[in-house]
Amino acid sequence: MSKLNSRIPEGPLAEKWTNHKSHINLVNPANKRLIDIIVVGTGLAGGSAAASLAELGYKVKAFCFQDSPRRAHSIAAQGGINAAKNYQNDGDSTYRLFYDTIKGGDYRSREANVYRLAEVSANIIDQCVAQGVPFAREYGGLLDNRSFGGVQVSRTFYAKGQTGQQLLLGAYSAMSRQIGKGNIQMFNRHEMLELVMVDGKARGIIARNLITGEIERHSAHAVVIASGGYGNVFYLSTNAMGSNVTASWKIHKKGAYFANPCFTQIHPTCIPVSGDHQSKLTLMSESLRNDGRIWVPKKKEDVEAIRSGKLRPRDIKEEDRDYYLERRYPAFGNLVPRDVASRAAKERCDAGYGVNATGEAVFLDFSSAIERYGREKAAVEKIDNPSIEKIRDLGKQVIEAKYGNLFQMYEKIVDDNPYETPMKIYPAVHYTMGGIWVDYNLMTTIPGCYAAGEANFSDHGANRLGASALMQGLADGYFVLPYTIGDYLSNDIRTGKISTDLPEFEEAEKSVRERIDFFMNNKGSKSVDHFHKKLGKIMWNEVGMARNAEGLKKAIDDIRALRDEFWKDVKVPGTANSFNPELEKAGRVADFLELGELMALDALTRNESCGGHFREEFQTEEGEAVRDDAHFTYVAAWEYNGDPGKANLYKEELKYENIELKTRSYK
Amino acid sequence: MNLKLKIWRQPNASAPGKMVDYQVSDISGDMSFLEMIDVLNEQLIETDEEPVAFDHDCREGICGMCSMYINGEAHGPDRGVTTCQLHMRKFKDGDTIYIEPFRAKGFPVIKDLVVDRSAFDRIMAAGGFVSVNTSGNTMDANAIPIPKPDADEAFDAATCIGCGACVATCKNSSAMLFVSAKVSQLALLPQGKVEAKQRVLSMVEQMDKEGFGNCSNTGACEVECPKGISLSNIARMNREYLSASITGDK
Amino acid sequence: MALIQSSIARKIVMAVTGLFLISFIALHLAVNLLTLVSADAFNEASHFMGTNPFIQIMQYVLALGFILHIAMGIQLTMKNRQARPVAYAMNKPAENSSWSSRNMIVTGLLILLFLVLHIKDYFWEIKFGDMSMQSDFELVTTLFQNPLYTFIYLFSFILLGFHLDHGFQSAFQSVGANHYKYTPLIKLLGRIFSVIVAIGFSAISLYFYLSSL
Repeated sequence: MSKLNSRIPEGPLAEKWTNHKSHINLVNPANKRLIDIIVVGTGLAGGSAAASLAELGYKVKAFCFQDSPRRAHSIAAQGGINAAKNYQNDGDSTYRLFYDTIKGGDYRSREANVYRLAEVSANIIDQCVAQGVPFAREYGGLLDNRSFGGVQVSRTFYAKGQTGQQLLLGAYSAMSRQIGKGNIQMFNRHEMLELVMVDGKARGIIARNLITGEIERHSAHAVVIASGGYGNVFYLSTNAMGSNVTASWKIHKKGAYFANPCFTQIHPTCIPVSGDHQSKLTLMSESLRNDGRIWVPKKKEDVEAIRSGKLRPRDIKEEDRDYYLERRYPAFGNLVPRDVASRAAKERCDAGYGVNATGEAVFLDFSSAIERYGREKAAVEKIDNPSIEKIRDLGKQVIEAKYGNLFQMYEKIVDDNPYETPMKIYPAVHYTMGGIWVDYNLMTTIPGCYAAGEANFSDHGANRLGASALMQGLADGYFVLPYTIGDYLSNDIRTGKISTDLPEFEEAEKSVRERIDFFMNNKGSKSVDHFHKKLGKIMWNEVGMARNAEGLKKAIDDIRALRDEFWKDVKVPGTANSFNPELEKAGRVADFLELGELMALDALTRNESCGGHFREEFQTEEGEAVRDDAHFTYVAAWEYNGDPGKANLYKEELKYENIELKTRSYK
Repeated sequence: MNLKLKIWRQPNASAPGKMVDYQVSDISGDMSFLEMIDVLNEQLIETDEEPVAFDHDCREGICGMCSMYINGEAHGPDRGVTTCQLHMRKFKDGDTIYIEPFRAKGFPVIKDLVVDRSAFDRIMAAGGFVSVNTSGNTMDANAIPIPKPDADEAFDAATCIGCGACVATCKNSSAMLFVSAKVSQLALLPQGKVEAKQRVLSMVEQMDKEGFGNCSNTGACEVECPKGISLSNIARMNREYLSASITGDK
Repeated sequence: MALIQSSIARKIVMAVTGLFLISFIALHLAVNLLTLVSADAFNEASHFMGTNPFIQIMQYVLALGFILHIAMGIQLTMKNRQARPVAYAMNKPAENSSWSSRNMIVTGLLILLFLVLHIKDYFWEIKFGDMSMQSDFELVTTLFQNPLYTFIYLFSFILLGFHLDHGFQSAFQSVGANHYKYTPLIKLLGRIFSVIVAIGFSAISLYFYLSSL
């Protein structure tokens, strides 16, 4: 237990961060130049951290497996970024953002961390605007906001449906500036395959140059892991194809605890699966729930008629539609948090009301919004007695301005026009709240090894609110890590350059080479994807939106069996010393096969339903989640001991001093 | 549907490459183009051949990683999409599909369909930023109102995903659309205007060093750009460049 | 000099010289159209062009304009070719750009050949040749009696039309004049101008050829 020291500063909640910053050790500018920091991953957290650390004067080595830092998957975030600016004067405040985030996370996150997040959120917007991020603006030239699920204020800043892209390009620009100055050495198309520890501290990594296959040693005084989430353990998810857990899993195996691995977010609005060939799922931004209404038919015969194509969605009369979110949660309606919306969709589809051939889809309908906006616009344009066609026309223009790119994306993928007929959506794996355990300084249980952004577990509890991932990634990278890492590095000013000839580097390199050689010589009969798809099925069926003890036990057995088969029968074509995507995938899937088991174990151990973790045994008669605060108000931090299924569990008790634990209600 | 594929195979940067014929069958119209290549690769792995290397990541049209020249067009015959969003319903049973890497001196081939686009990163490092350090004390985000049309136009330019389709398409392999999108975005915003002159000069200088050709205003880039980045950005860059080189220090 | 070596500076030189040449062509066409009015009118205009001191100075500027435009055009094309060492096995440029925009070097070089012929037959003849026997007008009418000669001219005027169709609007784009309201207008003007130039010049040669039959 002693190892889990969260290092939460003393003092009242609102003053913790300020006090901490004031008393933390610093490294003077001349000494910063003598200190190397490795940053793995160049998304919002990694990119912003690398840029900020380099601006401070540290020598940064940044790594990404993509061909450019700009391609990290943060780029795909659509909806927006939260910040407690209260520009809309609708009662927002740091406290309210803090409260919403804790409540949205179903009371499974750390108060101090979340408060700090809310506190720096406003700075993020200032910083991004200063960098030239083109946020949406109103006609007066000031920033526009919209509303997101789980909250009752409008605090989300956005750039159409491409907010993540714009923020990432901002961070990438800041990185580019430091790359140009030589303060960041950028390693594109490099993958971290091992952490090197010297005297119990993180001192470097082993990376593979993905073009030449060369195995490289890189040393540093501290290592930051910002490699994102592990949603791809489900094979089908909204993550990029390359998103992986490898960097996180490597440090986990070297001693970093993995926290709450079972907390995964299933996003309610994704394009449904169309067939076995599917390689990934596409998200339709949560912002669509601002204007779209979710429904399924009330009558089974209508469902049948729609599935067989005899009726079109718009033929279903208003009174025969079940707007089930509005029915079940009148206060928040279509804007309930993601976990609630996802489960509600699953509930309807399981009951047989799914509206596509597979029975796994619900409607997201914009017709009322189109009419509402059309009437508004007609009034603004002073059109008297507009025809319904005219109104719909005007309304479509408004919708296009707001969500044009999303509608276009939907049409390209599905070949259906969402302006005319409702979208079909279904939940899909999207984000992982769990991740590497970190203390208040974002340091893992390995000294000198940090985790930032989605890779850590810290701020979202059991469920993340929409538009909070971007906020957390940038908060960690721009405003938290650059301060807190100095506290640790202040002891390293006399260390000097770390030699890569140390035996620890040699040993780490050897283990990497052995694994690669194994894959190249295994000569099995099945491709990597074959195993990945199988793992995905197990995870989705047993460790997905709804879990139960029996299924989880089965999942553990199935994953172990699959893992054995993988090591016996995986086939990796090509060579080790060339560009070889199959070899890359093999290493990543090997790690997923271990992580999957830990997720199931964590889910099995957590005998309650909270946030994204829904145990069928723990629900009310109406199907709402039942939390068990008496026994589970803790962070489950798992220590690797050679077998993921037998990992040691440590508990960090969560103390709520400023918020009263309540049953989350959005009714 | 059944398709005949002609794909550029090249083992590495220094080895010669050639077009190789392949056959795929039972392709569904709902598949994306990359999912079709996945099918081919599974087939190749099964028969102990090396799968076709290609760049891809997000598979939702935003990361800019995928980069194929399909049947004579960057990202294929559909408009406003990247290769990963191109769906097989755009093809017919029995079609022959040519698949080549993006070709330009500035984009050397790494393997098969994978090219090295780090020239774009170097252009960005030359000036594609606002020189502002991370600080909790920058002015309030609303301190400078920005006219909505300017903000919108800057956003439109900023939606460039850096895929390089403009270079691949341009008969001159010119990178003007890419460079101008960034120059334009930042020149339109008050925060970026401060160092606009230096930026345009440095970025253009780096662009020329990388071996891209010169723009001759054919407009092909704008047509093939998956994000519809407008030619007006190139005009703005020309303008910025002209005034910067007349009045600037460099 | 650094200024002139950058890609954008070169474009701007192409554009500025191009616009200058366009103004020359407009003037040239206006003078030539006088042949359809009367021999005297044309001879008078031709005499003015041949003797006015300002025009005499402008001749050198014009020559410089031509040389810059041509030299830079050839140099740019060579550089652009180098920018793609390996060609596509399958390419469909017609899907995204106009023929005239992609073939400026082809139309340009053919126009250059025409220019050589044209200078030899007219400019050289009028300036330095033995013109004692005939007026400028007679020179025109004589030359267009030859059908092959007339055909070469007609063909060249069509090429010039294509060259101008892209060149006119392209020059505006290169100097940075692009506006969502005015660019379509510029494109339209460019098209009208190139059609007028092609038809105008062609009409003259055709008129004299047909008259000679």
